[in-house]
Amino acid sequence: MFRAFARAIVVVLGFLAAVQVPNTAVAASDLDAAVAKLTEKSFSVKEAAIAEIVASGDPRAVDLLSAYLEGGLFRNKKTGAIVTVEKTEGGYLTTDALTGSALEKVKKRGVKKIRINNKLRGIVKTALGALQLFSDSTETRLKAARTILANPSPAMVGLLEKALAQEDDADIRESLTHSLAALKVIGDDPAARIAAVSTLSGSMDPSIWQVLGRAADQKDDPALAAAAQQALESIENQKAIYSLIETIFFGLSLGAVLMLAAVGLAITFGVMGVINMAHGEMLMLGAYTTFVVQSLMPNAIEYSLFVAIPAAFIVTGLVGIAIERSIIRLLYGRPLETLLATFGVSLFLQQAVRTIFSPLNQPVTTPDWMSGFYAVNGALSLTYNRLYIIAFCILVFVALLLVLKRTPLGLQMRAVTQNRAMASSMGIRTGRVDALTFGLGSGIAGVGGVALSQLTNVGPNLGQAYIVDSFMVVVFGGVGNLWGTLVGAMTLGVANKFMEPFTGAVVAKILVLVFIILFIQRRPRGLFALKGRAVES
Amino acid sequence: MKSIVNRVFQVGAATALAAGVALSAAQAEETIKVGVLHSLSGTMAISETTLKDTVLMLVEEQNAKGGLLGKKLEAVVVDPASDWPLFAEKARELLEVHKVDVIFGNWTSVSRKSVLPVVEELNGMLFYPVQYEGEESSKNVFYTGAAPNQQAIPAVDYLLSEEGGSVKRFVLAGTDYVYPRTTNKILEQYLLDKGIPAEDIMINYTPFGHSDWQTIVSDIKTFGSAGKKTAVVSTVNGDANVPFYKELGNQGVAASDIPVIAFSVGEEELSGIDTGPLVGHLAAWNYFMSAESEANDAFIEKWHAFIGSEERVTNDPMEAHYIGFNMWVKAVEAVGTTEVDTVREAMYGITFPNLTGGIAVMNTNHHLTKPVLIGEIQEDGQFETVWSTPKGVIGDAWTDFLPDSKMLVADWTKPIFCGNFNIETSKCSGQNY
Repeated sequence: MFRAFARAIVVVLGFLAAVQVPNTAVAASDLDAAVAKLTEKSFSVKEAAIAEIVASGDPRAVDLLSAYLEGGLFRNKKTGAIVTVEKTEGGYLTTDALTGSALEKVKKRGVKKIRINNKLRGIVKTALGALQLFSDSTETRLKAARTILANPSPAMVGLLEKALAQEDDADIRESLTHSLAALKVIGDDPAARIAAVSTLSGSMDPSIWQVLGRAADQKDDPALAAAAQQALESIENQKAIYSLIETIFFGLSLGAVLMLAAVGLAITFGVMGVINMAHGEMLMLGAYTTFVVQSLMPNAIEYSLFVAIPAAFIVTGLVGIAIERSIIRLLYGRPLETLLATFGVSLFLQQAVRTIFSPLNQPVTTPDWMSGFYAVNGALSLTYNRLYIIAFCILVFVALLLVLKRTPLGLQMRAVTQNRAMASSMGIRTGRVDALTFGLGSGIAGVGGVALSQLTNVGPNLGQAYIVDSFMVVVFGGVGNLWGTLVGAMTLGVANKFMEPFTGAVVAKILVLVFIILFIQRRPRGLFALKGRAVES
Repeated sequence: MKSIVNRVFQVGAATALAAGVALSAAQAEETIKVGVLHSLSGTMAISETTLKDTVLMLVEEQNAKGGLLGKKLEAVVVDPASDWPLFAEKARELLEVHKVDVIFGNWTSVSRKSVLPVVEELNGMLFYPVQYEGEESSKNVFYTGAAPNQQAIPAVDYLLSEEGGSVKRFVLAGTDYVYPRTTNKILEQYLLDKGIPAEDIMINYTPFGHSDWQTIVSDIKTFGSAGKKTAVVSTVNGDANVPFYKELGNQGVAASDIPVIAFSVGEEELSGIDTGPLVGHLAAWNYFMSAESEANDAFIEKWHAFIGSEERVTNDPMEAHYIGFNMWVKAVEAVGTTEVDTVREAMYGITFPNLTGGIAVMNTNHHLTKPVLIGEIQEDGQFETVWSTPKGVIGDAWTDFLPDSKMLVADWTKPIFCGNFNIETSKCSGQNY
């Protein structure tokens, strides 16, 4: 620990000097030499080089260090120049990292990335934080203040106080105050230490928990340890509430995934009564459609999902119709043969995908707007992809409900499932309705597959992973009832997530299965059983 | 779309070619047969297909050099379809029907356990190329992948070191089956021996193909916010890694805060992920595609030419097959026969250059001496070596960190000639492996 601090002191002292006396004329050559040192193999030499870059006070230091942090600094193997690169057809366009002048184009193996490791990343982040603390942009300053809070070093006290004195923005002031307090906790003055703990108590920032945790653990100052322990306990209560909210959110999002996986089956199995073992492969086809769409529009990944959703619906819908017309049509009323036939179809589709796309998983990129999280506070953050999945699940559900209840096709579907003979004699072309219903179910499954492609592997086995869960949800919710599927999925999701912390993921899954077996014994028709003559027939 | 059509054509062409090869092989008088026992369909096809291609490439290369003992090598490929009992049947078919001289195959431990009785009964020779949990040494199997002391233990040593971040708290996360359970048992004991208190070790298991990691990642975050540097040691297997890493990225767990070191994630697994958020997370292997050596450059070039794509990656089990195959060729050349017992004895002490530089040695416990590398995941799905053992590490069949196995040694030379010799009682348990 002390060595880490000592190292941080060296770095920080360096830029203290830099911030106070910017002297670019002299520093320029220092910077060259320091940057050259970055290419050394030893990580301790690199560390010294970072301190020197910071100490040079050169305005280019921020850009250089940011590029280094992101792995964007390269060394030209032949000329030894330090460059940043831009990927183009058949090689890299290099630019001198120090002067910004364009250099020659090289082959992919012609440049070598300048190495960084996790420890250096921490050091560079802190250094960047300190360099950017006086930036003009509020956003940059806030980010810098937060970085320092996560990684404070004692030598920064002066710098932080200076920044605090100039700062107007409330958020930044809070971060800076907390950083200062975090430093005082490990400072020399016992009274100041206790006072600092009380400043920090009640905070919901994990970096501060780290500070308090360390304070509570140390043995030299019992009063401080006790105060820190108390502060941690008061935070603990708040954390419990947030963790409950978090668990519910996790449960709902798992439920939404189950719902999206199962909703297609709710049509093919639920409404039509076809035991459709190929349902999982419809999900898989949807996910592969996403992959193909993304590889067709590599420059517009951000919008690719909006193209992929209708594309997946059409592709899997057509495949569904083809399966219905060629195989399932001939097997109505023979559930065992249907089961075997659709199982065969599922194997066929899997191997077809293996042959066409290779058995390897395919990379599907998550658009930027779906990555990351919305932090309510340090204890509760909601990931964007899950939020979107929940919203998307509701959207799909409402759309499907409208199709079934408000369109002529929906009416015909329900008529055919309830009484085929009568529907037929009323002039409904039952064969066509069967095909369209199966197509709709498959298409919706494909749309679910697009959602799954954002969460899990896109590979030939994707379908198998979800087929059991899908049947579970549909049977539990009540065959033939969309609301049942929704409630069933959400119940299973939330129940699973509440059990998981106590029992572990493996046992939680088993318990859910046991629960469903018992439940089905009591209520064979699921949560929302259909009533009426259709059931008896 | 065009590339897909191309691939369909390639597959068709490859099938036609394979048929042609089989025909021409049948016409040749006598060949040395090399059995390939890797799943080409089912769940494991994702990993094992590549290994089948690797062996085919090595066979082709050897034939181009003029074959072995003046005969051509002939690869006999069977598909055990990720079905463990079928592995045993296919192994029997290779040995009894096709009369192969050597088998390269298996990935999962359970498939290897299923094949063991067959190769021992029929006295075959199997090269097993994947890192595994140890606690085994069969007379008829050469383990060219890493034993726990060639992967797990050095990885933890790295995390404990100052360079690795002086980690004080460990999460051992794994898939629920034999390899992670055994490895974690070994690691837990090792960490306790190193003075890490039990409350600073969290062990977590998940089912195969687990896809909802929200709770676990959130638990890891909480576990890591107690004021001590925390790291995750992951034995999570196969497909479950993609959603795990995606969730880590989404919940903002950066490698500089809580690094994850994985034993089952290689270049191949990463090629199916968007690696942006994972940069800085670690993996421990004996080989990385990014290794800088002429042998490696040549190997990658050959692989790209053989497979017909510049995009395909190489990984650690491929290197294991490369070393195993070449050692076998060397041993056969040395004794001038493919007879199993003679070749087996010739294998001991055989050396072959690693792709990472340095020399691999086959030891009398049927495990290799290889260097251990720690690599960081990069933006492009490759690993950058950040640390490596100064020299090769001798594979240990029986770990020294479990009370039941620390007095066991494996040595297949006389006078011990035993896969699990108890040095305290001086007895071989009588079991064959």
